[in-house]
Amino acid sequence: MSKIDSRAVDLVVIGGGPAGLAAAISAKKNGINDLVVVERNDWLGGILPQCIHDGFGLEIFKEHLTGPEYAQRYIDEAKELRIPCILNCMVLEISPQKQVFVASPEGLVCFNAKAVILSMGCRERTRGQICIPGTRPAGIYTAGVAQNLINLKNVMVGKNVVILGSGDIGLIMARRLTLEGAKVHAVVEILSHTNGLPRNLQQCLIDYGIPLMLSHTVTRIHGLNRVESVTISKVDEKLKPIKGTQKTIECDTLLLSVGLIPENDLSTTCGVQLNPVTRGAIVNENLESSVPGVFACGNVLHVHDVVDFVTIESEQAGKSAAEYVLGKQKQLERINVQAGNGVCYVLPNSISKNSEIELLFRVLCPKEDASIGFFDGEKLVKTKKFRKVHPAQMIKVKLSKTETTDISELRVELLKK
Amino acid sequence: MKTEMICIGCPMGCYLTVECDGKTIKNVEGNRCKIGLDYAQKEIINPERTLTSTVKVKSGHLPLVSVRTNQPISKSRIFDVMELLAKVEVQAPVKIGDEIVPNIFDSGVSVVATKNISKKK
Repeated sequence: MSKIDSRAVDLVVIGGGPAGLAAAISAKKNGINDLVVVERNDWLGGILPQCIHDGFGLEIFKEHLTGPEYAQRYIDEAKELRIPCILNCMVLEISPQKQVFVASPEGLVCFNAKAVILSMGCRERTRGQICIPGTRPAGIYTAGVAQNLINLKNVMVGKNVVILGSGDIGLIMARRLTLEGAKVHAVVEILSHTNGLPRNLQQCLIDYGIPLMLSHTVTRIHGLNRVESVTISKVDEKLKPIKGTQKTIECDTLLLSVGLIPENDLSTTCGVQLNPVTRGAIVNENLESSVPGVFACGNVLHVHDVVDFVTIESEQAGKSAAEYVLGKQKQLERINVQAGNGVCYVLPNSISKNSEIELLFRVLCPKEDASIGFFDGEKLVKTKKFRKVHPAQMIKVKLSKTETTDISELRVELLKK
Repeated sequence: MKTEMICIGCPMGCYLTVECDGKTIKNVEGNRCKIGLDYAQKEIINPERTLTSTVKVKSGHLPLVSVRTNQPISKSRIFDVMELLAKVEVQAPVKIGDEIVPNIFDSGVSVVATKNISKKK
């Protein structure tokens, strides 16, 4: 057996999507010259090349860009900065000593890294994960796969479509399929509210008169070779289908837009601890995981609503990784941050005292005129009012240095009024 | 008459209540910035959208190039533009910003490429 090609490197960035590119660019700008981006596909930009709709970049560039345009800006910048990006390379394992094992077209390579940035993104939940009963015919796609086929490969997926799940990709695909001549009979959502951004409700469903069925789900798929119809049922408050409410919709295609899961199979190989709610790494304000020198950013950390936030977070991870490699990282005393009543999750999971910090969090249910409380034990440190909060919209709140002075823990809660 | 709509100007997505008399706007509620005001105005008079789609490419590294209208177009023309784009085929290479169809329906709006497509090796 031949010896593994082994190479020492300051920083390995895993994944060449928007998170990995922004992290690598930021690390380079912060003084790391010896770095490499490892990408398993034969292109950079991750999922963005298939997201041909506009609305990207408003936060960062103050423009409405399409996915491919947004990606190209970072691909160009990485190229200008001469950041090595190796394509068609699959990372197999990361050891706790930060050896990154890569299956490359030239054979197995091992990078002995000082720091690693995890930016592998997320993947879609499938039919198997939501257990829809019925036959197993052709014509069942996750929304992202359908998007890939239509927008990159010129393959149309069907003519009569039902979409389960009202996340943004589902809404975007409802419009896309309609524009390409398909009939979208309904977008079916198990919850009593949509999971997508409100603007997508308007420009993807309302604009085209596509019915949205809230508190409904698909309870059976019919058809032997191809999908012939689906049964949908109303659900109760516990999301259980209500007997006697079944309706059949004839269709040849079912699209699933039922959630995204951070792709952390690799993270756990080096011992990174995960948060069971986000299914991403537990991180401090430097976006450093439980393994020193291993950082996480983008959708592998938590699923974001818009790519601009992925970029901003990843720039932070790149800067932090550079500080770690250059020995500039400060050893600080940290306190835990937790999600309390009405809050789904909060990031980062721990913060240093006496520092200005930005917390990111999501609420569990939509609410109007909501107040969010920041507690140290029973003591209320800060309150912030919102006209409207929604689980689909990530909330960002800054805490000042004085607000984090002398606190021993931090809990974020939706206040009852 | 009161009309409900959601502003598409940014991810915030303000829920607007627009009070109007025919095509004259009396009052807009629910907007958090000026974008919402302008949006409500356009929605009542002539709603516009940026259309994004794809057109076929000959001998490119992908069979399609993604495109957009370089300005919003009238919502009522969206399916006409889709029909037009279905007949278009361009030759690789294509660069971001390349004009794919100039001045569609004499509207002054062009369809431009949003992706770089290289020649197939």
